[in-house]
Amino acid sequence: MAKKAAPPPSNPTRFYAILGGLAVVGVGVIYYLVAAPKSISIPIPTTIAVSDTSGFRGYLLGSSAAKIEITEFADYQCPACQSFEILQFDVVKRDLIDAGKIRWRYRDFPLDPIHPNARLAAHAAACGDDQGKFWELHRAIYENQSAWFPSRSATGFFRDYAKTVGLDQAKFDECMRSGKFAGRIQASLNEGNALGVSSTPSFVIGGRLYRGAMTSDSLVAIAGRLAADSTK
Amino acid sequence: MNRRMAVAVLALAGLFISLYLYLYKIGKIGTLACGTGGCETVQLSPQSRFLGVEVALIGVFGYVLLLVLAVTSLQPKFAGRSAPLLGLLGASAGAFLFTLYLKFLEFFVIHAICRWCVGSALIITAIFGLSLLEFRRAGSPTA
Repeated sequence: MAKKAAPPPSNPTRFYAILGGLAVVGVGVIYYLVAAPKSISIPIPTTIAVSDTSGFRGYLLGSSAAKIEITEFADYQCPACQSFEILQFDVVKRDLIDAGKIRWRYRDFPLDPIHPNARLAAHAAACGDDQGKFWELHRAIYENQSAWFPSRSATGFFRDYAKTVGLDQAKFDECMRSGKFAGRIQASLNEGNALGVSSTPSFVIGGRLYRGAMTSDSLVAIAGRLAADSTK
Repeated sequence: MNRRMAVAVLALAGLFISLYLYLYKIGKIGTLACGTGGCETVQLSPQSRFLGVEVALIGVFGYVLLLVLAVTSLQPKFAGRSAPLLGLLGASAGAFLFTLYLKFLEFFVIHAICRWCVGSALIITAIFGLSLLEFRRAGSPTA
């Protein structure tokens, strides 16, 4: 094949104008995306790394010496979970957890298809845990569920609650942006799925799964029965 | 606009796509404008790293290389010299093969499609096609 000389640029000025224009637009868009307030979404990881959980079993409340552990699988955007938290949990805490009879374990079970803000809420609570205020933020998120439930960008609500419970705002923002607890939340969901959880709230008590909301009276009765069985 | 100019413009567009994906990966951008959710699945998969390096970052450097080669080949002092064109063809061929590998991962391993990655794949394919046509037009360097 005969070697041909490369042709000169057809219109260098126009070409460099287009290239420069594209560069300016691209840099502008990238700058806007980095600098603009962010609408955060928490990714759904396909794999769980060891570092995602690193010994984390859930959010625990109560004495480690308690013989009975109750695990709650819940979704922050689930109205029944909110009812349980607001109407029942205080009694459970007073009569069972603070009394040293049981240890409570809270696990996230975000039902993404019907509750698009649930995973974000779970991540906000995890960021609260990062600063030692999980239960405070957890409560605030549930108490204000009706406010953020319909929002298409709920991050601002959680930010406000984080401020109210006394979290360092900058650390909270960074935590939310990083999505660093995405794996932890997914591991929690996977655990629930493996146990047969299909709705929220669900409870695992003494190795048995209880689906649906429960009253504090039911939980006290079950805990009492398990305690009695363990002493036989 | 000739083919090498088109390659330069395409490489710049691809550079911004890769930069966008990389900034997302390092947490500088909150969400990806994707629509399907597949972008985040792909970007957070173990396959989003190649030999320990973020694929998006490889894309950034790859597109910079293609852009530099394309613009260099347009300079008058390189007129009639085959080295820039040969470099452009080699780099775009490598990028095209790497893109095929990434598409295989998306379809058969990750089972999710990222629209931005598809956009990048189309750009690489176009760059490779244009580079090949330009190289053939200019003739074999050894001829």
